[in-house]
Amino acid sequence: MSKGYHIVVCGGIVPDPLQRLEPVSTPSGPALRNEMMLPAVLDPWAASALYEAAALAKKMPESKVWLVAAGPKAKLQQVMMVTGQKVPFELVAIDAPAGGFTESFAVAGLLAAAIKSIPGLDYSRLLVFGGWESASRGAGSTLQAVGELLEISAQFQGVDELAVAEDGSFTVLERVEGGRHQVSKCSAAPAVLGWATGNLAEPPNNPQVGMANMRAIMPALQKAKAEKLSAEGLSFQHVALPAEQRETRIVKDTPVDVIANEIVDWLRGAN
Amino acid sequence: MERVLFLGHTGENGELGRAALEALHAAAGLAEELGCAFDAGLVGADVQKAANNIGSCGASSFFAVSGVDFAEARYGSDVLAAEALCRKSGATIVIAAGTSRWMRVLAGAALRLGGRIDTHATALGAGQGAVSISRWYYRQRMEAQLSRAVRPWIIVLEPGSAPAWQGEEKAAALVDVPVEVTDAAKRTSFAGYRAPQASEQTIRPDAELLFVAGAGWTKKQADGNIHIEEASKLILDFMHKSNASLGSSKSLVDLQGEGQAVLPFLTHLNQIGQTGATPRHAKGFATCCHGEEPHVVGWRFINERRAVNTNPNCGWAQGKADVLYVADAFAVMAKVNELLS
Repeated sequence: MSKGYHIVVCGGIVPDPLQRLEPVSTPSGPALRNEMMLPAVLDPWAASALYEAAALAKKMPESKVWLVAAGPKAKLQQVMMVTGQKVPFELVAIDAPAGGFTESFAVAGLLAAAIKSIPGLDYSRLLVFGGWESASRGAGSTLQAVGELLEISAQFQGVDELAVAEDGSFTVLERVEGGRHQVSKCSAAPAVLGWATGNLAEPPNNPQVGMANMRAIMPALQKAKAEKLSAEGLSFQHVALPAEQRETRIVKDTPVDVIANEIVDWLRGAN
Repeated sequence: MERVLFLGHTGENGELGRAALEALHAAAGLAEELGCAFDAGLVGADVQKAANNIGSCGASSFFAVSGVDFAEARYGSDVLAAEALCRKSGATIVIAAGTSRWMRVLAGAALRLGGRIDTHATALGAGQGAVSISRWYYRQRMEAQLSRAVRPWIIVLEPGSAPAWQGEEKAAALVDVPVEVTDAAKRTSFAGYRAPQASEQTIRPDAELLFVAGAGWTKKQADGNIHIEEASKLILDFMHKSNASLGSSKSLVDLQGEGQAVLPFLTHLNQIGQTGATPRHAKGFATCCHGEEPHVVGWRFINERRAVNTNPNCGWAQGKADVLYVADAFAVMAKVNELLS
C-alpha cells in the first residue's frame, strides 16, 4: 500500500466510571444530577479505538488521525486536557449534549456531518473508528448510523483486532457468542470499525504530543458550533436507580474450613 | 394498528438459537397484547428447517431471505436482508434477539427504513395499547422505561430476558423475499471463527455460576511474591469441578498496561463490567476483586452474589454482595476444591 489511512475516530464523553450517578427529570427529558459538575472521561471503548487508530497510523506512513467528539464544550476541553497527551490527533469538536438519554441517530447525524466537513478527507482511504457501544447509552447504534450516513457498507462491531495486509486488504476479529471471535476479511477501505477493548493499553502521557495536539485543540473547541439534538417521538416514562441494595453479611475471623464448607453448601444449593 | 415482525437468523446448525426463540416468544406475546397480527422473517443459507421448527408459533406469514450470501454474518448483506424483510412485512414493531449478528446490522437497517432502534431491551409490553420497553443506561446503573412514536421501531431484546418460545414443529410455507447483494456489499468475506488461545473454553453462558477472578490473583501475596502458577491451578481446578463460567474483573490490556502478570487462560471475552460483559447467571462468586463500581456494573443480572476478599471494607461490603468472606482466596479456594473433589 502506497498511502496510509485517513482514520476518523468518533468518541463521546461520559462521567468518570467511579462517580455515583443519579437520574433527574428536566424539561428536555431525563438527565444526570449535577451532570456538568461530574468529572468526565473519553468514552472507554472510544478511547480504545483512538489508541488503536494512533498505533495503525504510526505503522502506515501518510496516515492521519482525527478525533470527532461531541459534548458540551467545557467538558470536551476538560477531557482533551488528558486525552490530548496520549496520542497525536486532530480534534473536530461538536458542542452538543453528551448524555446517555440523547437520541443516537441525532448524534450520528452530527458526527457524519462533521466527518463530511473535514477538508481533504479521502474516502477511499477512510476508516471510521469508534467504540462499539458507549458507556452512557450503550446502544451500539451510533457508529452504524454514521456508517450508513457515509454510505459505508463494510462495518464491524466488537472489534478486538485489525491486521492490514500488503495489498490493502485487512482482517478483522469481532466478538461473537460463546467466547469466540468472528474472523472477516475486507478487500479495502472505507470501513467502519466499532472497537471493544482491542489490544493496546492506555498510553502514558506524552507532554510533546500534548503540546502539538493543543495547538489545534483550542482553535477546534473555539469554533465548535452549538448543536441541538432532536428526540422526535421519544418519551421516557421513568428513569430510576435499581432499588436493590443488598444486606451484606460480612464473615470475618472465621477459619478457612468453615468458610469453604459454607461456600460449597451454597454452590450445591444447600443454603 | 400495529403489526409485529419477529426477525431471526439461523445459527451454525441451521436452526434458531435460544435467544431467537426468546425474541419470538416476546414478539408473539406483544402481538397478542396488542391484538394485532405478527409475521416471522428469517435469514440464513436455508431457513426451511428453522421455519418448520416454529411453524406453529401463530405467525401470519413466514418471510425468508436465504441463500449462500446469507449463510454467515456480514454487515453488507445482513442489512439488506433485514431491510427487505421489514419492508415486505410492513411491520411497525420489529423484534429481534440481541445476537452479535443482529447487533451488528439492525441500527443500519432502522436508519434505512426511516425508523428507530432500541437495543438491550430487557422487557417490553403494551399497557393501554402503547408499546413500551425497559432498558438500562450508563452500563446497567439506571433503568428506564420508554416508548416511541416513530415507526418502524426495531426492538432488540437482550438474551435471557424472556422465556424461549416452545411449540410443535409444523411445516411452514415460506415466502421468499428476493434480495440482490451487490459486489460493494460483498467486499467483506467470512473467514471462520477463532476460539481463545487457551487450553479450554472457560466462557459458559448457560452455567449456573459465574466465577470472577479479580486482579488480586496476580498481585503479590502475603509472602511478598506473585503466585501465578498456583493461582492458575486453583482457578482451573475450580472451573473443572464447578462447571462455572469464568469472568475477569479487569481487561487484559489494562492488566498488561499496568505491568501486571496475566492469568494465561483469560481472554478479552472473559472481562465483566464497565468495558466488558454483563452476563446472566443464577449465582456469582468473586475472588480477589474489590467490587468497585466499574466491575460490579457487570453483575446487574447475577442473582445471588458472594465474594472472598481480604479487605472487609471493599466494594462488596457496601451492599453489592449477599455475603463477603474476609479471607485469603488462595487458602479458601484450595479448600473449596478439596471439598468439591
